[in-house]
Amino acid sequence: MPQVKRNKRGILHSAPIYIFLILVSLPIVIAYLWLFASSFSSKLTLGIFPKELTLYNWRFLWSEIKLGLTAFESIWPVTLNSILLAGSITILEVIISLLAGFALSRMDFPGKDLIMKTTIILHAFPGVALLIALFYVLNFINLLDSIMGVVLVKVALELPMATWMIKGFFDEIPWELEWAAYIDGCNKFQLWYKVILPQIKPGISAVAIFAFLAGWSEFIYSYTFLFSSEHYTLAVFLKNLIGDFRFLDYGLLAAAGLFYLIPVIVFFLISQKSLMKINFGGIKG
Amino acid sequence: MEQYVQEKSLPVAYPKEAAETHVKRKSSFIAALPFIGPFLVLIILFYLIPVVLTVIMSFTGMDFTLEWKFVGLKNYIKLCQDKSAGIAALNTLKYVASTLLINVGFGFLLAITTTYFTKKQNTGLLFQTIWMLPRMTPAVIYALLWLWFLDPTEYGMLNAFFGKLFNAPPRDWILTSPMPVVIIANGLIGASLGMVVFSAAIKSIPESYFHAASVDGATDWDIIRYVIIPFLKWPIMFMTIWQTLSLLTSYEYILLITDGGPLNKSEVWALYSYHKAFGSYEFGYGAAISVVLVIIAVIIALVMLKVFGYDAMMNRGKTKVQG
Repeated sequence: MPQVKRNKRGILHSAPIYIFLILVSLPIVIAYLWLFASSFSSKLTLGIFPKELTLYNWRFLWSEIKLGLTAFESIWPVTLNSILLAGSITILEVIISLLAGFALSRMDFPGKDLIMKTTIILHAFPGVALLIALFYVLNFINLLDSIMGVVLVKVALELPMATWMIKGFFDEIPWELEWAAYIDGCNKFQLWYKVILPQIKPGISAVAIFAFLAGWSEFIYSYTFLFSSEHYTLAVFLKNLIGDFRFLDYGLLAAAGLFYLIPVIVFFLISQKSLMKINFGGIKG
Repeated sequence: MEQYVQEKSLPVAYPKEAAETHVKRKSSFIAALPFIGPFLVLIILFYLIPVVLTVIMSFTGMDFTLEWKFVGLKNYIKLCQDKSAGIAALNTLKYVASTLLINVGFGFLLAITTTYFTKKQNTGLLFQTIWMLPRMTPAVIYALLWLWFLDPTEYGMLNAFFGKLFNAPPRDWILTSPMPVVIIANGLIGASLGMVVFSAAIKSIPESYFHAASVDGATDWDIIRYVIIPFLKWPIMFMTIWQTLSLLTSYEYILLITDGGPLNKSEVWALYSYHKAFGSYEFGYGAAISVVLVIIAVIIALVMLKVFGYDAMMNRGKTKVQG
């Protein structure tokens, strides 16, 4: 890191930089503080300071939320759906990308070059542009309005990226290891499962964590492809809740939002530093 | 240093290449199929077929019954005469250009301030972490934060702020200026990506360059202008093209925050396609609108492959990439 110059200069020099950073970062900090504070209080002063503490905003955890005559479904089945969605996405994405990454890194077969090139192009190609056709495909294979359908779509759209990452991990494993395994009489599957996989555990967990978070945050496919309320995920549930309670009860919305945010917060606290190294990219604006 | 050079120049005695060719040679496509098969099935089913389907659907008048009623070029003729589509196209231009400016420009500013100017690495990391928060937050919650921030009553943060400071009456920000709202909301997310990519690039600049510059008496501005920016040329170019592509096609945040409103004022091309297909169930017409995007996306992806080549596309900078 370029430390040289700055040692000569005092705090005065870097003060404008810090003021700039604090000013631009403040709204973000305030927004998240608000989310936290307003979920636990019935009144806020100056936007973010709680006046009266309450757990009433968290009532969705133990009772139905009612608005006039309509009652919202309980949050627990919805949460289970979200876990099912994110969990299935993680498992499928990890297994399929491990298999494909191995083939792309370690095997030589006709068509490999074409598959690699396609993978790269798809990696840059945004899946949301295909939403209408995906609707038709899901309907055709009878997976519309089913969580499994959303899982498959999401896995497919993330596969090029995940596979490429995994391929990168495989590429770093020395060939000698593999050679030794062959001499010991391993076949390709044994080699993959017993020798190579244990070598790239950290890589696998990185892919798994991001697959889970991506699945957990997933909104647009669930919103478009799931119609029955018994299949709703937390994202869709919260979107509907915001639609009904937006001007009425921000406390409730903040609490529900915070509930939905728990896995992200946990992940953030655990891997704050490595996060900066692993995460960037993706199709988000 | 010397020892390193020596080690490097030792002849490689072990049979690395031999092992590689031995293992790699024999696989046929059938042997690779158990490994690559599931991948291919999903990619074909949910990527390649949808691309083809989108094109075919655009020549039909398909509605929610999902029946193929071919109508020739009717959708495209309609698209040319559609005033809302014109507005959406114009909005898209404004939206992509302005958001790009924030993504790349502000991302660069954040990278410079947190990496180059910040004395303690941890302080820089703290600010970078804060900026990563919106990116990691599920879209629905991010949108909720914006809805609260811009709430038309004095309960909203922005109104509370202006009310306390200037005694200004509350304003409905989303109603009065929807485009700036969606631009800034998307810009913040993209800026964090720019920040991470550019920071990684700045960190990879050899320290001797900074030493040399400071010996020559260069100011911070000189260093930015003549050392950092030349090094960041490729990352900046990459980010610009990459973000153009994702901005053109992503509409999640817009859908959640303004839903294209009020009165199409923040409707962008991709969202217009979504509204046509899933709002009024004109699947054929929606597909025709999407085809424009698909064509642009394919062109940009091919251009990226051509300009940046295989490796750079996948290994942007030293840090590992994830979606």
